[in-house]
Parts: sequence; structure tokens; C-alpha cells
Amino acid sequence: MKQLVILSGKGGTGKTSVAAAFAHLAAEGEHPIRAVLADADVDASNLELVLNPTVLETHKFMGGGVAVIDMDACEDCGLCAEVCRFDAISLDERGDGRPLVDPIACDGCAACVYQCPTQAIHMELQQAGQWFRSEGRYGPLFHAALRPAQENSGKLVTMVKQQARLLALDNDYELIIVDGPPGIGCPVISAASGADLALIVTEPSAAGVHDLERVLQTTEHFGLPALVCINKADLHEEATVTIESFCRDRGVEVVGHIPFDTRTTQAMVQGLPVTSSYYDTPVANSLRQVWTRVLAALDGEGG
Amino acid sequence: MRIAVASGKGGTGKTTVATSLALSLDAATTLMLDCDVEAPNAHLFLAPNFEWQEEVGILIPEVDESLCTYCGRCAEVCQFHAIAVIGQNTLVFPELCHGCGSCTLNCPEQAISEKLDVMGILEAGPTPNGLYFARGVLNVGEPMAVPIIRQLKKWETEGDSQPPIHPDKAANWETIILDASPGTSCPVVETVTGSDFVLLVTEPTPFGLHDLRLMVEVVHELGIPAGVIINRDGAGNDQVDQFCAEVGLPVLMRIPLDRAIGEGIAQGKPLVTIRPEYIDRFRRLYRQIEDITQGANR
Repeated sequence: MKQLVILSGKGGTGKTSVAAAFAHLAAEGEHPIRAVLADADVDASNLELVLNPTVLETHKFMGGGVAVIDMDACEDCGLCAEVCRFDAISLDERGDGRPLVDPIACDGCAACVYQCPTQAIHMELQQAGQWFRSEGRYGPLFHAALRPAQENSGKLVTMVKQQARLLALDNDYELIIVDGPPGIGCPVISAASGADLALIVTEPSAAGVHDLERVLQTTEHFGLPALVCINKADLHEEATVTIESFCRDRGVEVVGHIPFDTRTTQAMVQGLPVTSSYYDTPVANSLRQVWTRVLAALDGEGG
Repeated sequence: MRIAVASGKGGTGKTTVATSLALSLDAATTLMLDCDVEAPNAHLFLAPNFEWQEEVGILIPEVDESLCTYCGRCAEVCQFHAIAVIGQNTLVFPELCHGCGSCTLNCPEQAISEKLDVMGILEAGPTPNGLYFARGVLNVGEPMAVPIIRQLKKWETEGDSQPPIHPDKAANWETIILDASPGTSCPVVETVTGSDFVLLVTEPTPFGLHDLRLMVEVVHELGIPAGVIINRDGAGNDQVDQFCAEVGLPVLMRIPLDRAIGEGIAQGKPLVTIRPEYIDRFRRLYRQIEDITQGANR
């Protein structure tokens, strides 16, 4: 079983549209392959909007703890606020000089718990979100919803991927397609860990080029082989050429150019992959080509 | 006034809006902070001359083996499994450490001191039009963006770093524009917290709407007034408009789907350079935001 992760660095380059097209092509394309989908963008998960999933299981995801002060035991010494490095405890918020915890700012480190001379503080685990096992239009989908303003998105990503992997192993699936989050930080590292191949979806813009470099440095840092596809490739030819030569210099293969087409947005509005709604178009053709080359590359990777 | 620009979904035009808003205001009293430390792009549009740079990170424990008795108290208090005692060894895992200092405070032998674990850099400098700009950049392979954003914001508010962000103006900014990263989790919350207003940039598509809803929950939870800018107006459907009307969010600006704008931004040109008429539109937007925040404070 192989694991493919779709990344981008910059947001909005088309990761989810590519992932949805791959889900469609895996199920109904020329060379069907049994695939499980995992949406690793847990704080802005959009894959479900295109795969129309029926949720089969819902599970709570518990995040870190939050400090809770027992105001009867508290003697207002202020030590908790002093040791907190996350500005999560203030002494003037209430107007009475008593400590108040800001649960959003609280990091869950429990430093205050151990310093409180009257043991008035304890940690309470918070539900940080949910994860779901669903049956989507093209097969199983694992996805999640991190509650807004929560931490631990990396942990939730790991949970979603673990569950996808367990199902895939139990049922002889050949591939896990992970739709990754933007950026290069904690949730991206969690999404990429254990992958056999990364497909990086970029766009020919100053920002796209800049962030492509950052995400390629990240995949190299973790020893993850990567391919690049250029979305909206005809929007700014000069930058497309820059990306091509940059990738050539780095020894990274560019596996496709997807043209800018308003039908990509139209398909999203219909809630369908563009390869399904607009089968015989340059966009769909280029996505099929990218998919074929990704499968060939996955065949070549060990594991 | 502090205005954060956020979106939920990536690529909706946060940086386009943040940079052009900053460029439309009085350069002498405006500070722009790029808080998308994972994928920072605002400098591409503003071309700052960075004159100041500092490595930043968190304080992680350093154990003095000659004092350590391997009692394991540090590992017991650490909520993140970042320090462990195995036999006659106390091991620190910097990538798990949150820098809270609890192990140092709890060590009965005072065997733990702290050292800076560098996770990224802060940079600052003026742009050609005199606007002052600062950003944080997370080092590749580092998981935690929040400490960089926190220090970028502290640097600006406290103005007592060595040297300060801008010797003459530290803490005297009339307007601070903060460009957030995509998503709705900790880096975005860290950026938006403490702002007077949040501009939510979205696009009229199902993805844009889905993530806008989540971002609206975040600003409600933080109790910050917000307004919406619809970018690529005309690209999808009208459900974003319907949603804004339902929840009473003002739509403060619309930027049409226009290939020439898209191409200009792809080349790294600010919107106000591609379409100079937007300077007035952004100034009007700023006055609208002033009215809304004054209303909220009344």
C-alpha cells in the first residue's frame, strides 16, 4: 500500500480540486485503483464538499488540557500569571485582582498547576474537534473538523491518517490519498509523515514560486520524494518557465500543466470533481495525465 | 487601530488586501506585519529593505548532568513528553518542547537552565514608499509557527527589543495591519487576537463559504468585529452574500474576477498599482472600519 500526500505551501493553489479529481480517477478512471481518501486540512476541510460523504462514524477528538482555577482555594498570590509564558492568566481582567484564565490562549503546559501554592489549579481536557469515517462518492473518506481556534491540529491530522491507514491495511486498499493543508508547519509535517510521495500543486505567481521553494525544502528535509504540477499554468507564462527551470535545477520532475479554466470553479460549485463534470476538456485531460504520472512514480517508489 | 486580515481558505487574496490596504494609508504611521510565517509573501509585493534581523525561538531546557539526580520530576510535569529520564540520562526533545519553563521551575536540584532554540527569524525594514514592514519566517522543518508570530507581535507592541523595531516610532503606530495565514487554528488565532477588527477575505465558492463560516466562529469566539471582502466576485455563486446577510456581516468591498488583476498579482504587483482607483476604495474601507469599531466601543 502506498501513501500520496498533496501539498502546496501557498494556500488556494488547487490541492483539493486535484485530490477530488484523483479520487474520481482512482475509482472510475482508465486504470482503477482502490484508494482511501484522507483530508488532512483539518481546520479548513473542503474535500467533503466535492465527495458528498455519508458519515458512518463520528468520534470525539480530545485536545490538550486547559487550566481551571478553583476560586475558593485560590489566595490571589498571582504566581500563576507570573509563570505563564502564554499570557493566558491575567489578574486585572475581572476587575477584582483575581486570576482569570483565557482558555484560548492557554497552551496546556500546566506550569501554573505545579506552581500554585494552594493546589487550586487543575487541568481539564477539552474536546478540540471530531473526526469522521465516511463513505464518499468514490470510496472511503476520513476527515475531521477541528473546532475553530483550537490547537493540536497536527495531532488530529495524525489521527485521521492513522484511521485511513488501518482501514486500508484491513481491506487491501492499494493507495491512500492525503489532501494536505497549506503551509510548512506542524499539520503539514504530520500530513507528510509516512508518505511515499508528495505531489506539490503550485501556481505561476510570485507567491506560488516563493512558497514552492519552501515546501520543496521541507520535503527534502524529511527525505520525501516530490513531484510538481503547475495549476493555472497559462495565467503567467513567465513564472511557469521560472518554476520549470527551478524544478529542473533541483532535480524535481514537473508532471503536468493544468490550464486556468473557470469550469474548475463551476465544477466546485456543482460539488463534483472537474474530471467528472467536464470530462472532455483541457483541464480534465491534463489532470488525467498528472494522475497517470503520479501512479507511475508511486510504482517506482519502494514500500 | 489593529486590523487583521484572515480568510480560512487559502489563496483567497489575504495578502493582496493586506498589502494594498497598508499602501493606501499614511506610510509614516502605518506598520504592516506578515504573520503568515510558514508561507510569507507580503514582501514580494512591498519590496522592503530589511535593515533589522533577529533569530527567534523558544527557551528549551538544558540539563546540567553534574547536578541531575535522574529523579524524573521534569518528565512528570512536562505535558508534551519533551523531556524524559531513561536510566542515567535525561533527554530533551526540542521539537516537542513548548518552552513553558515548567521543568526548570520544578527541578529540585536546579539542574535545568534554559537556552534559546532558534525556530525562525524576524525581519523588518522600510518599503520604497516609506511604509514600515516586519515579518517572521519559520525555519524549514520546524513545526511550531505560533512562537514566531507571538514574538513578532510582542516586538511591535513592546518596542523594547534591541534594537527596537523602529527607534522613532516604536509603539506609536496609528495603524497596524496583520496578514494572517490560512486556516482557523492556533497560528491564525495568535495573529488575530488583540485586533480591533478582522477583515475576512473570501471568494464566492463553496470552499470559500465553508471556511468563511469557520473563521466567523473564530472571530465571534474572540469577540472581535469583522467584515467581509469578496474577491473574484462573480466567479461562483451568491451563497457567500446570502450567508453574510443571514449573520449580519457587512460586505465591505468586492474585487471582481478580472484576469488582468490576476495576472498583475501573479507578477508580484500590488492591487493598488494594477488598479490605482483602489487607493480611494481602500481609504474608504478604512473609514468604514473606523466607524464600525467606534460603534462597537460605544
